[in-house]
Amino acid sequence: MRKVAVIGVGMSRFGVRTDANLVELSFEAVKPALEDAGVEPKDIEYVPVGTVGFWYEEPLPAVVIAEYNGLTTKGLVRCEAACASGSSALLTGYTMIASGLADLCLVIGIEKMREIDTRMVMELIGRAGYYMWEFENFGMTFPAYYAMHATAHMAKYGTTEEDLAMVAVKNHKYGALNPYAHFQKAITLDEALSSPMIAWPLKLYDCCPISDGAAAVVLASEDKVKELGVDTPVWIAGVGYSSDTANLSKRVDYVGLRSSVIAARQAYKMAGVGPEDLDVATVHDCFTIAEIMAYEDIGLCKKGEGATLIREGQTEIGGKIPVNLDGGLKAKGHPIGATGVAMAVELVKQLRESAEKGRQAPMKNYIALAHNVGGTGHYCYVTIFRR
Amino acid sequence: MSMPSIRTRPLTIYYDVPIARTEKFWNGIKEGKIYATKCKKCGTLYFPPVADCANCFSSDMEWVELSGEGEVETFTHIIVRPASFADEPPYTVAIARLKEGVRVLAWLTGAKKTEIKVGMPVKLEAKVTPEGRLTYEFKPLK
Repeated sequence: MRKVAVIGVGMSRFGVRTDANLVELSFEAVKPALEDAGVEPKDIEYVPVGTVGFWYEEPLPAVVIAEYNGLTTKGLVRCEAACASGSSALLTGYTMIASGLADLCLVIGIEKMREIDTRMVMELIGRAGYYMWEFENFGMTFPAYYAMHATAHMAKYGTTEEDLAMVAVKNHKYGALNPYAHFQKAITLDEALSSPMIAWPLKLYDCCPISDGAAAVVLASEDKVKELGVDTPVWIAGVGYSSDTANLSKRVDYVGLRSSVIAARQAYKMAGVGPEDLDVATVHDCFTIAEIMAYEDIGLCKKGEGATLIREGQTEIGGKIPVNLDGGLKAKGHPIGATGVAMAVELVKQLRESAEKGRQAPMKNYIALAHNVGGTGHYCYVTIFRR
Repeated sequence: MSMPSIRTRPLTIYYDVPIARTEKFWNGIKEGKIYATKCKKCGTLYFPPVADCANCFSSDMEWVELSGEGEVETFTHIIVRPASFADEPPYTVAIARLKEGVRVLAWLTGAKKTEIKVGMPVKLEAKVTPEGRLTYEFKPLK
């Protein structure tokens, strides 16, 4: 297998982007990514596009995006792994280069979720479990799937609603410093705790917003990195991937995500590093409980001790391992297909030490981890980056 | 500030999901019974019922009626509902493990919110809704 580097990153501002259509939004990520890499569309060989769709009008998003960005005739595929679609596209680009099939790939992640109303988004995401057994008669919603994990985690480990709210407060604090974030506003613990109930015990501020957004990265082989004279390539040092049952009723338990544990273990093994070596991480905080479970599942702490990390401030800058310094899905926003690619954008910025003021993690080993979950642990992708 | 946009032509879709291989389950609900399937070859019990065994790949399955008795493992009260449930009042969804070993996800009705706890004993009951939908729900086990 050949080494693969990220040599260019770009993203649109996340948020309610009714000012731009699907392809215009993709352009906002593709252009800066290509410029950052110092390459042109004609140089690109393969384009994996991570997106779920259905909330926007185009059934074949990859082709309209490729046409708009001057990428027609390139190898093209749409990758779907629910909220981990972006990471699945990243892995597709990675394997194209690692295998020797390509030297230069452009990975795009995009979602346009605000063309339909909120209840219809709740409907479409709610159906994204096992429709027949969870939605048809029972009307499950995405907050509800994660709320069931929160209920179980609280019952077993004594995690509290206040612990969950602290995750929201932390992520909003860093989102406020990220000019690309959906919410650039700090919140208080009281605001989070008194926000309206969505699916008990999860309240509005425990949930990520419904966002529009796009992100793109350029991946290159080692030969291409030399040829282009890239001065700060960020290498993909490890990848891990797993999945779990469609029916939530068939899971091992509700206090963590098995797919996260497996994917993280694989990625650490391939990279030859452990959780203690990480300088910074992005974890999939679609809901606050998901961030606490992620701490445990990727080994930042022992099972059941996730709440302690947030209480002690260990996942803030200055703590043991800063997490989601871009605001996370909670404040940066969660345009689901864009999220995995946006995590790569963020970690490349962190490893280049070029994050905005106040949200740069101190670098010791120059190793970072992205944890991206699709569905309720239905899919999980973990990627370890190293400068 | 609202941005200019063009509203597309509407799209209404209904899916007709085949139930030929699990029809006994759906008919069972009308008779007040909840069935699971059991693999005759390896003995694995399945709920929801399936026509093929993912454990040993046999398609030789038998129907087994479930007692319905179980214990809540987790639950949530859904306040913000999706579009197709907008006319329902908020509802509680629970996952319980039945004494036969399989877990079931269903609404939990007939209990005060404050009474609902992890570990609570429940009974799964078949139900035909006023609109004719075939379903099942948990009730507190007295």
